[in-house]
Amino acid sequence: MADKSSSNAYWSANIRLITISLVIWFIASYGLGILFRPMLAGIKIGGTDLGFWFAQQGSILVFLVLIFVYAARMNKLDREHGVEE
Amino acid sequence: MDQFTLNLIVVGATFALYIGIAIWARAGSTSEFYAAGRGVHPVLNGMATGADWMSAASFISMAGIIAFGGYDTSAYLMGWTGGYVLLAMLLAPYLRKFGKFTVPEFIGDRFYSPTARMVAVVCLIVASITYVIGQMTGVGVAFSRFLEVKASTGLFIGAAIVFMYAVLGGMKGITYTQVAQYVVLIIAYTIPAIFISLQLTGNPIPPLGLFSNDVSTGQPLLQTLEGLVNDLGFKSYLNQSDTTLNMFLFTLSLMIGTAGLPHVIVRFFTVPKVADARSSAGWALVFIALLYLTAPAVAAMARLNLINTFWPNGVGGEAIELSAIEAGTNAKGQDITWVQNWQKTGLLTFDDKNGDGKIEYLGDKDANELTVNNDIMVLANPEIAHLPGWVIALVAAGGLAAALSTAAGLLMAISSAISHDLIKGQLNPNISEKSELLAARISMAVAIAVATWLGLNPPGFAAQTVALAFGLAAASIFPALMMGIFSKRINNKGAVAGMLSGLIVTVIYIFLHKGWFFVPDTNSFTDADPLLLSIKSTSFGSVGALINFVVAYVVSNATEEPPVEVQELVESIRVPKGAGAATHH
Repeated sequence: MADKSSSNAYWSANIRLITISLVIWFIASYGLGILFRPMLAGIKIGGTDLGFWFAQQGSILVFLVLIFVYAARMNKLDREHGVEE
Repeated sequence: MDQFTLNLIVVGATFALYIGIAIWARAGSTSEFYAAGRGVHPVLNGMATGADWMSAASFISMAGIIAFGGYDTSAYLMGWTGGYVLLAMLLAPYLRKFGKFTVPEFIGDRFYSPTARMVAVVCLIVASITYVIGQMTGVGVAFSRFLEVKASTGLFIGAAIVFMYAVLGGMKGITYTQVAQYVVLIIAYTIPAIFISLQLTGNPIPPLGLFSNDVSTGQPLLQTLEGLVNDLGFKSYLNQSDTTLNMFLFTLSLMIGTAGLPHVIVRFFTVPKVADARSSAGWALVFIALLYLTAPAVAAMARLNLINTFWPNGVGGEAIELSAIEAGTNAKGQDITWVQNWQKTGLLTFDDKNGDGKIEYLGDKDANELTVNNDIMVLANPEIAHLPGWVIALVAAGGLAAALSTAAGLLMAISSAISHDLIKGQLNPNISEKSELLAARISMAVAIAVATWLGLNPPGFAAQTVALAFGLAAASIFPALMMGIFSKRINNKGAVAGMLSGLIVTVIYIFLHKGWFFVPDTNSFTDADPLLLSIKSTSFGSVGALINFVVAYVVSNATEEPPVEVQELVESIRVPKGAGAATHH
């Protein structure tokens, strides 16, 4: 196993990445799809508003991008800290 | 060729394919039986996870619920996809690094406690059995219509098929079978959607068609639909009717439930490397998103077609004639025999209350003369849209693939919890590999029998029953796994207290609203008027999860720290390096 300080730095970098990703995850679904929908009511799309689109499609597309970006960033992080398999 | 024969041929051919694969890939060792020898490519694993996870709830039930619930039911779409983000970041890579076979095994080792492992087994069985009941509902609906048998007969046929390939094949058989099932179910879901989207909007891509203009009126499709439901007195399709609190908690419960369901998590034990566990979650979501982006389009378009069938002259004109339904042809000469066909299953009923010889489909309960079970919408959709017979048969095969693949994955998780965690881990550690496999197969058979029996009397539509299972997994398993990885301070006592309090409070809340052990009429509250604020029983999983987190944290901090070797275990699962193949104890 890698030495202690490198392993701590690796873990905190991971936690930082997860935190940023989950903030985006929250905003795309609970935020734009539910809580802030009234504020987006002015932005019209196909007979309804942007909040409806986020609730039924947009959030899913954001989730997809999030996972692949996270996986790619983690692969890079694994190599930088020499902890890849 | 008549529709019945066509259904038999298409459904029969797909079943022959699945069973053929299961026999070809028969598991030889326990390691292959549980985890497919870890030789499964991330893309194939993603497809298999997609089939495993998209069940009768996603395929048969969800679009129907959205068709009648509109925006409020968006929680299903966000909830059942957003959980994969949590899986990829919070659980999958670390559990793969840990390198054992089952979820209770991780909980038992991390919390250095056979009691914790047994509690995890109980949580797993409660959530999985509830989930299988939902699948059995879906199987019953699909068979009752397409094989023209009673729902109960359909259920028994389905149970026999699941038994055959799950018991013979094990995980490896299931993995390859599920890849085939994914292909069948996604084709079956998207082809009718493409046809219908073309008919209604001229756009061949259903997710885009949903936000396009309706070719008959020239205005946006969703606006046409909203106008019709408003005129008929139904609740709005586009606006929120549910409370924000309930919608928020329901979405959260489905998301963390997704990440806490053992049959999904166990998928990530089967990839070769830790990095593959992360990308597998992404691939799974790609394949799931193909269906989930199509579902809201199917929902809106099916509702529009349903309204147009019963109001052939527009909502301002005359409703459909009873004689037209009986003749199976409407005034425009279109075939509407689907109404009669579904009427035979008892899932679509009508009653000419005012005796005017017409069937009025209205929002007002007293005046409405048509009742449509949510769960038939997806299956009836191609018939409503007058699509060719082979498309109808394909949808039947797809619905069955979805229900059977998930049921098989869940039964696998239940049987491994019993044979591997309970018998080998607790009762008889010296059991031979052969006897363990036998025990796994016997417990699977028993689980199928129990689920079939409970499936005869389900607590709701398929997707609602399944939502309850997600709530149970959210309240019990997910918090224990997450804290086990992200905290070194949570100890055995905290984890056990947390899981038990989360599970028990959630089970009681569900039983208070759905009846004790789902027995009808033993409930004290209803979801229309719930016990706490506006929190429905399907949304309570997030509250249960919160209780689990808080109890585990408080109890752990009041008791001693976990031993050094456990803290080292947590350190080691956080880095990918050194992950080997799964180990036996």
